Amino acid sequence: MNMENNRPETVKSVAGGMAIDTAVTGEKNLKMDGTEETTIKMSARNLDVFYGEKQALFGIDLDVPEQSVTALIGPSGCGKSTFLRCLNRMNDTIDGCRVDGDIRIDQSDIYDRALDVVELRARIGMVFQKPNPFPKSIYDNVAYGPKIHGLAQDKDELDEIVRSSLERAGLLKEVVDRLDSPGTGLSGGQQQRLCIARAIAVSPEVILMDEPCSALDPIATAHIEELIDELRENFTIVIVTHNMQQAARVSQQTAFFHLGILVECNATNEIFTSPSDERTQGYITGRYG
Amino acid sequence: MTTGHHIVKSYDDELKALNDTIIEMANLTEIQFESAIQALMNQDTELAYKIIKDDDRIDDLNHEVDEMTMKLLALRQPMAMDLRNVVAAIKISSDLERIADYATNMARRTVPLINEGTVIRPIHNIPRMGEAVIEMLKNVVDAYIAGDADKAVAVWHADKAVDEMYVSLFRELLTYMMEDASHITPCTHVLFIAKNIERMGDHVTNVCETVYYLVRGEPLREDRVRKTRTDRLLTDDIETKE
Repeated sequence: MNMENNRPETVKSVAGGMAIDTAVTGEKNLKMDGTEETTIKMSARNLDVFYGEKQALFGIDLDVPEQSVTALIGPSGCGKSTFLRCLNRMNDTIDGCRVDGDIRIDQSDIYDRALDVVELRARIGMVFQKPNPFPKSIYDNVAYGPKIHGLAQDKDELDEIVRSSLERAGLLKEVVDRLDSPGTGLSGGQQQRLCIARAIAVSPEVILMDEPCSALDPIATAHIEELIDELRENFTIVIVTHNMQQAARVSQQTAFFHLGILVECNATNEIFTSPSDERTQGYITGRYG
Repeated sequence: MTTGHHIVKSYDDELKALNDTIIEMANLTEIQFESAIQALMNQDTELAYKIIKDDDRIDDLNHEVDEMTMKLLALRQPMAMDLRNVVAAIKISSDLERIADYATNMARRTVPLINEGTVIRPIHNIPRMGEAVIEMLKNVVDAYIAGDADKAVAVWHADKAVDEMYVSLFRELLTYMMEDASHITPCTHVLFIAKNIERMGDHVTNVCETVYYLVRGEPLREDRVRKTRTDRLLTDDIETKE
């Protein structure tokens, strides 16, 4: 692991062939449209990832702004999910996976040996492609995280966390009278919102979403998209999606990956109206690369 | 202009059909415009009526473009260059439709002017002005077909000369009208015709801006003093005369 302790105050980020000065995480930085200041929540610098001999990511430099949605797009095998999984060290669980480079949340290195991975994953929650509720009641699905992290002093406090998490996930009204029924009994869209409620119950700072809508119908997808839009008021969200319209709808920043390289990262509006790289253009317009 | 083909071939076909319709509209508009000048200079009433009638064809094409673009937006959800292409088609077709309308207006003015019977000298400046705008129109259509942003910018600048021609013709007509009150009616018709041509030039510059955006993905940013300059020149003119 390449862990540099004496980081310079600013680092060069290369996105879309253009070198720009960006602040390190936790510092104020200009927004894409140059109107407002925003804070960089997470940043990756010179990130290489290997699965055994095979290199999956090549020198990724990417900033994730706080309280906004960053969408990662690109063809299958481009490395976008690999990148997402680096952000909360999910790749640690894969044999033969090696991560070089630097990933920071609020300026602290997430690959620091002294760092508690369990605690890190409480700060950086994750929602997966297929809804995966625990084979427990709706209540216990949401209460599980706060319980193991000791976030509630008593039953009343736990009840309140469960209630507010379900509320924020837009699910409370639909399940309020059957909190003891199994989570697996809900519809696909409801299960996914239950997983989001479970993720936000431990009050994470960042939520990673890996194709959260690909197993859902358009109505359930619309509910999740609306939810993502609401959640960004309090959370920083990074979402991997194959659905470009979805990336266009929900995100403020879009990063295009291709063959393990970050080709271009820019304001979503720019990426979908006038991308600067030919490869991005080819991908989002549905042309041969 | 486009790089590579879409994986879904019918998408390419639809975009090509859209571009072809725009080009057809542009060609018909050119013909209408040339005919309008010809009808005026040759005192050809019959041709003037034909122009008025033929305008329907351009309106129909404009509606076709509207339908095609709506369909493309709804069914293909175009992105990036394709999106700019579709939006450009909507804008260019409406500019072309307006230019064709001005050609029709010219033809409508030509009929009473011919009936008036008096030939006034400043009318001879009309073809020169008309040719300048026709040249601009042809060049911007070439720029559209070739995806040539630089050419579009060159055409955009060429409009300055047209504005100047209009201002000078305006002054000449004023002098004519002051010399002899019986010139007022024909001079007013000629003045409106000249104004129509000047407006056509403005619509051509709109097309230039659209072509530039289509190719470069960013708006054409130049100081828009041109419009105010024309207006100022004219206002000053009136004020000094007063």
